[in-house]
Amino acid sequence: MKEEYLKNFASQVRRDIVRMVHAQNSGHPGGSLGCVEYFTALYNEIMNYNTNFNMDGKNEDLFFLSNGHISPVYYSTLARCGYFPISELSTFRKIDSRLQGHPTTHEGLPGVRIASGSLGQGLSVAIGAATSKKLNNDNSIVYTLHGDGELQEGQIWEAAMYASAKKIDNLISTIDYNGRQIDGDVDDVLTLGNLESKWIAFGWKTLECDGNNMKDVVNTLHQAKSLTGNGQPIMIIMKTEMGFGVDYMMGSHKWHGVAPNDEQLENALNQLEETHGDF
Amino acid sequence: MKIEILGNSDTRSGFGAGLSYLGEINPNVVALCADLTGSLKMNDFRDLYPERFFQVGIAEANMMGIAAGMTIGGKIPFTGTFANFSTSRVYDQVRQSIAYSNKNVKICASHAGLTLGEDGATHQVLEDIGMMKMLPGMTVINPCDYNQTKAATIAIADHKGPVYLRFGRPKVPIFIPENIPFEIGKALTIQEGTDVTIFATGHLVWEAVEAAKVLSNEGYSVELINIHTIKPLDNESILRSVAKTKCVVTAEEHQVAGGMGESISQLLAKNNPTPIEFVAVNDQFGESGKPADLMKKYGLHFTNIIDAVHRVLKRK
Repeated sequence: MKEEYLKNFASQVRRDIVRMVHAQNSGHPGGSLGCVEYFTALYNEIMNYNTNFNMDGKNEDLFFLSNGHISPVYYSTLARCGYFPISELSTFRKIDSRLQGHPTTHEGLPGVRIASGSLGQGLSVAIGAATSKKLNNDNSIVYTLHGDGELQEGQIWEAAMYASAKKIDNLISTIDYNGRQIDGDVDDVLTLGNLESKWIAFGWKTLECDGNNMKDVVNTLHQAKSLTGNGQPIMIIMKTEMGFGVDYMMGSHKWHGVAPNDEQLENALNQLEETHGDF
Repeated sequence: MKIEILGNSDTRSGFGAGLSYLGEINPNVVALCADLTGSLKMNDFRDLYPERFFQVGIAEANMMGIAAGMTIGGKIPFTGTFANFSTSRVYDQVRQSIAYSNKNVKICASHAGLTLGEDGATHQVLEDIGMMKMLPGMTVINPCDYNQTKAATIAIADHKGPVYLRFGRPKVPIFIPENIPFEIGKALTIQEGTDVTIFATGHLVWEAVEAAKVLSNEGYSVELINIHTIKPLDNESILRSVAKTKCVVTAEEHQVAGGMGESISQLLAKNNPTPIEFVAVNDQFGESGKPADLMKKYGLHFTNIIDAVHRVLKRK
């Protein structure tokens, strides 16, 4: 029952993503599609949250999207979980919308607690929020998601060093390890080398998972939760396929930030079952 | 306001004292520092409230992000590092994670301007007011002495929204009485007059006091107004004074581009075009040297204010 629900939720989110990006002929479908299982698991299985949105988020789990360009998957998930009307997804990237190209608090969209888009800043913010929780004796958990290309930003490593040195152990971060960025393969642009060794060397507890296998994502996040409170921040290295779920978008960096045309949209929608009703 | 020298101290010590006071009265106040605890005079806060003091190391970008995140949950973070590392080094972090996200972070910046002295131009930021005032929603404050810096530090904790508080390293006269309340966005009239208005901020307020003395002896009636809050600017007080004096000199330890004088000239150009002269650094980097020598060399001495007043009076 639950498995079926997650599968259907994910299918609908994928439809939302391609339809949102197509409607404005603008946005980032590739990374969004690759992270659908993560968002679906996080918001349906893992996090304890209140859709009656309050910026302080006391006594609830918090999520920060550091790679803000995958806003379509974030917005679809938030809407489908009750943060704001599903119909509002049709305003994505349009003028006077709360659904800006990159997520922001500026227009007051419920569910978003920080602006992101300029890369590398979300881990620091999450550390701050996690520290605030500790000061408030709030045992909730703070989650973050980062792109793999984003790890080329220096601030990430400042934050990585800090989180382990200061034992920020109510923090579960995840890297969307799809191996692609705008200019091509991450290995060609600026390789990350041995990614897991890097995080271990920086003092983090690392876990790996198959980011497009729902069961594995759910199990890994549960495992990560069980490891909090042990004096170490946790990093999930989550292997994904950019564009997952739409065959012609998979296996290439080319759909990082390009919208499908009418025909391509039709093709994509034929591959994705409408389960919860389109916006 | 009666002007007398009440003591001699650095404005950064006023910040340190204000921060410790806040630590006592407001449990939500937290402080972050990037390896400059002694320079920022944050030692007392660190020793008194260790659970609310966060040493982040030499990683200012991370510090700004952590501060932004700590506001989520109701904390009021005060970040402490040099002005250069509080602004130009972390401009994008301040812009996206703090200003655009409207986070209640107090960016507290010491060693602003030429008076940092011997370390030289790498550290002497003279563009920070400009950078920070350009950010929508950012409040920009540059107090002039120990008492005013302490009062400003305490006042900004009650202001909701991001604030840039700029102060400095050298010991300068204390002359703002302790009992003068600090009101964000309200200019402080130091001396009333009718011939010319001098608007001054930060360390240049004392230079302006000295200049006004000489000018009074020369027979001029000088109005001296302390613009401690550069944004939001006290438009009403500025326009009221200029309507009376009809000429203006601005004085600040900053580039002429982007500074307080630029904000005032914009206001006047729109509402009451008036002759104006600027005492500020003119599109130059600083250099190593004693603070007093640098202020003279770069034209920020009280004699430069006197010269500017003479020039502007001729243009009236």
